Amino acid sequence: MIRRFDTGGAPHFPPQTTVARVMLQVIAALVPAVAAHAWFFGPGILVQILLAASFAVVFEAASLAVRRRPLRPFLGDFSAVLTAILFALCIPPLAPWWIALIGMFFAIVVAKHLFGGLGHNLFNPAMVGYVVVLISFPQAMTAWLPPAAIASYSPGLADTLMAIASGGPPGGLSWDAATGATPLDAIRTAVATGRTIAEARQSPIFGDFGGLGWEWIANWYALGGLWLLWRRIIGWEVPVTMIGTVLLLGLAGWLLDPGSNPAPLQHVFSGALIVGAFFIATDPVSGCTSARGRLVFGAGVGVITLVIRRWGGYPDGVAFAVLLMNMFAPLIDRYTRPRIFGHGDRKRGGS
Amino acid sequence: MQTDRVEQAMRAGQRLHRIPGGLRLQHNKSVSCELPVAKAALPPRLYVPLPGPIGVGVGLLVKPGQRVRKGDPIARSDPGAGGWVHAPTSGTVDSVVSHPVSHPSGREGPCVVIEPDGLDGWTDLHPLDDWRLADPGELRRVISEAGIVGLGGAVFPTGVKVAEASERGIHTLILNGAECEPYISCDQMLMREQPASIVLGARILQRAVGARRTIIAIEDQMDAVRHALEGALREAAAADIEIVTVAAVYPQGGEKQLVQALTGLEVPGGGRPTDLGLLCQNVATATAVARAVAEGKPLVERIVTVTGNGVRRPRNLLAPVGAPIASLIDQCGGYEPNAARLVLGGPMMGYPLATDSSPVIKAANCILVLTADDIRPPQPEMPCIRCGECARVCPALLLPQQIAWTVRNGLWDEAIDFGLSDCIECGCCDFVCPSHIPLVDWFRHGKLELRLRAAERRRADIARERFEAREARLARIKRERGERMAEKKRVLADEGARQEKIAAAVERARSRNRGKDAT
Amino acid sequence: MLIAVLCFTLLGVLFGLGLGWAARRFRVDSDPVVDRIDALLPQTQCGQCNYPGCRPYAEAIAAGEAQINQCPPGGEAGIRALADLLGVEPLPLNPDNGEEQPRTVAVIDESICIGCTLCIQACPVDAIVGASKQMHTVIEEECTGCDLCLPPCPVDCIAMVVAGPPIEAPAWPRPAGLTGMTGPAPPFAQDPGTR
Repeated sequence: MIRRFDTGGAPHFPPQTTVARVMLQVIAALVPAVAAHAWFFGPGILVQILLAASFAVVFEAASLAVRRRPLRPFLGDFSAVLTAILFALCIPPLAPWWIALIGMFFAIVVAKHLFGGLGHNLFNPAMVGYVVVLISFPQAMTAWLPPAAIASYSPGLADTLMAIASGGPPGGLSWDAATGATPLDAIRTAVATGRTIAEARQSPIFGDFGGLGWEWIANWYALGGLWLLWRRIIGWEVPVTMIGTVLLLGLAGWLLDPGSNPAPLQHVFSGALIVGAFFIATDPVSGCTSARGRLVFGAGVGVITLVIRRWGGYPDGVAFAVLLMNMFAPLIDRYTRPRIFGHGDRKRGGS
Repeated sequence: MQTDRVEQAMRAGQRLHRIPGGLRLQHNKSVSCELPVAKAALPPRLYVPLPGPIGVGVGLLVKPGQRVRKGDPIARSDPGAGGWVHAPTSGTVDSVVSHPVSHPSGREGPCVVIEPDGLDGWTDLHPLDDWRLADPGELRRVISEAGIVGLGGAVFPTGVKVAEASERGIHTLILNGAECEPYISCDQMLMREQPASIVLGARILQRAVGARRTIIAIEDQMDAVRHALEGALREAAAADIEIVTVAAVYPQGGEKQLVQALTGLEVPGGGRPTDLGLLCQNVATATAVARAVAEGKPLVERIVTVTGNGVRRPRNLLAPVGAPIASLIDQCGGYEPNAARLVLGGPMMGYPLATDSSPVIKAANCILVLTADDIRPPQPEMPCIRCGECARVCPALLLPQQIAWTVRNGLWDEAIDFGLSDCIECGCCDFVCPSHIPLVDWFRHGKLELRLRAAERRRADIARERFEAREARLARIKRERGERMAEKKRVLADEGARQEKIAAAVERARSRNRGKDAT
Repeated sequence: MLIAVLCFTLLGVLFGLGLGWAARRFRVDSDPVVDRIDALLPQTQCGQCNYPGCRPYAEAIAAGEAQINQCPPGGEAGIRALADLLGVEPLPLNPDNGEEQPRTVAVIDESICIGCTLCIQACPVDAIVGASKQMHTVIEEECTGCDLCLPPCPVDCIAMVVAGPPIEAPAWPRPAGLTGMTGPAPPFAQDPGTR
């Protein structure tokens, strides 16, 4: 009796992983840091994540519908949610709701879908969204809260929701009273006004390495990143070169002029460096393809970040550094192609 | 000389080298190794595929109704097209029909249908008197005429491979027993049960190509195999043959990967191991060579692993070429209820068959019946997220995501640049891709397109040459005609020469008439 | 003010010299463009482009006398390749020159052939074998499908048959891919290559 079968392609194994699983693991790695953030700076971050994620999913669905693409596989891969979380982690916890709206519009619709959707974006979508709102709304984007431990007033959930919904300062206070400088802000103003960093570090917003609270969040980012490394979701090249370059150049700067250059560990644990090293610059789509390319990419992000921090107009340069290196990624790829088995001089058997 | 360098590399401590990339896969082999290899029962009809359409380089040697014995030649073709085909058993030739030929495309081809008479009687066999004294060229001829092809899956005609190799000079023969793909265990069982034939085959091949030594490569979890082979080597007192174990990493058993593991050297891109003075043959091919030379038996049957969760009693069978796969599965207890896919080959590189009436072919090392749980449900292919996992596991050091991009968009020059031709189609990249992109299917399609384009370009170049040759010929004829006319005109213009010519013509006419009158 | 003018003039001179040197130092030697155009044409020698062969057509394109869309056997893919090479916009195939068809070969009906050799003289690539009053036959591998043998035949015994696909072609079709995301499908058998 002849039996017929359906035919499908090799390999004939059950699938090992999916895009959704990769994205979910990255989101899972961010959870401890988000919890730490909420601990130190109040529930604002959770509200922002919720807002940004909702806007992101809506924009993604709309873009897919307009582009006539199937909704389920793309909405179910959690890439938009990840973009939203990374964006929310970069903005102040009390940022008005329309910051998330505009940021997600530029991230999902412009940076991602206008370039071709998942896998085709040239620039990191979360960073594009962040940079757009940073440049367009400098006031709202610099209203950072001081850590709960030292703040005179720390908004609860109700006050947070009111502030975000209305765009005004929380609890009836003025913005000046409710917000404070971040550690990088403090360093920048100190250097600008001619004080030394050591003097600036007397401020209570500084902890042992970086900012109070911020250094703990950075630790949790690092732990999450190391877990992703162990799970082989990200490669070691970008984090190691990025942090290594910052340490090296930071060390050089600090030895040369400790008055205006912070200590290397200070650099590493401030701002978005750790989250950038493990979660943002490691975005595979907008980064380099080969391992050697990623080494160059990571080093480039480190160098540009330090340059912007020292001489540029913004306190933290990670976002701009990532976007600038995204521009160079295709060029780096072109010149860092790995040698193919059987070609080239190394260990070849032929003459 | 570079072959000396390779020899030194191999002698210098057999330090095994790691291959780049690769995967550690679950073996799933032990279930088919529990029972010894059994001779498959003969089915009611055998469908022996011919190498190609009759008349196009293929000559049929039998007629319908003719009685044949096992081993009688039934078709011959150019050595490059597959060589000789012999009757797998004794019986009657029924007809030549169009039947599925177990090809990846699922197409049908001409098959000689043989009805076995059940006796399975061999034809008159003419083994070589003493292969130890035979000329290497004679050995190669016997290998060629026995229809032996590479039984590791590539089915390259062994006679051609050995002839090319001996021209290059081979110092080491490598017998590939590193069966790295999951589920397949036919080579393992062959080595356990017939190690002496492998040693004999190694000796014969060594003589045929002039190799000084042989290495039999096995995987490190094959202890019983090692034991059996060592016993056979002791009995044969073969000092120039040694056994080397390589790591059980897929695809360690690929020819280029095995060479790299044993020597640390890479086969040059576009080249072969013979460029390094090495000849690689599968252990089953060595056994077939031993049978052909020492017993005079052509290649008509092979060990096939019938396994998978969709088969009730997996085992290895010694099956004749042309036996419908359904008959083999019947002998293994039949299908499980949830059998969903029939694959020829292993789960990484095998291809699915649409019907189980497809015949056993010389390339069939394994019949894998998979259930619905084992196979990938048809997932939508997501866009590549450039995670780089594929590049990490590629044993050929390629960038599969870039190659897939170029093939998808028809950028053929870039595809070649990224190394599409160097892909060994192992399937490691496909296995790890989170977007479920069928990378191997893309690469196979890309390679096909490249081959077809190259053929098209060659045809265009030949047409251009023929056209230009024709133009040149016509121009030359015209020129010569012009010269002759000019010569004639010049002669006619000269009065004296003209008179001479007229007189000569008149004389010719007269002598002709005289000749006619005389007869 | 004067200093600014002097500076810019000096810079301009320096950059101009630099560019001139670079143009000479980094010049790429390439085949004459006629050869490169000819390499892209399918060599059918059919004359549908209104030129007596592929080489004259290539020369006409290089001289700017002919458009790139006059070659039906080359098809859309051939026009695209020519457009890429010359840096011009691809044009749709000119219908006055013919339509893109699958590859065909000529087959002579031997029961009708009278052995007149007119088709042999017409074939531009000498793909027909035969002699006066002997049977004529077409060598299938050499036939380019140009159709030039059909008009001269006095007994109309030649037919154009679609050449079969290569035997491996069905084996590895293009994977389906996610709807709409796979990009344009490059056609085979009409595209003479991109070099």
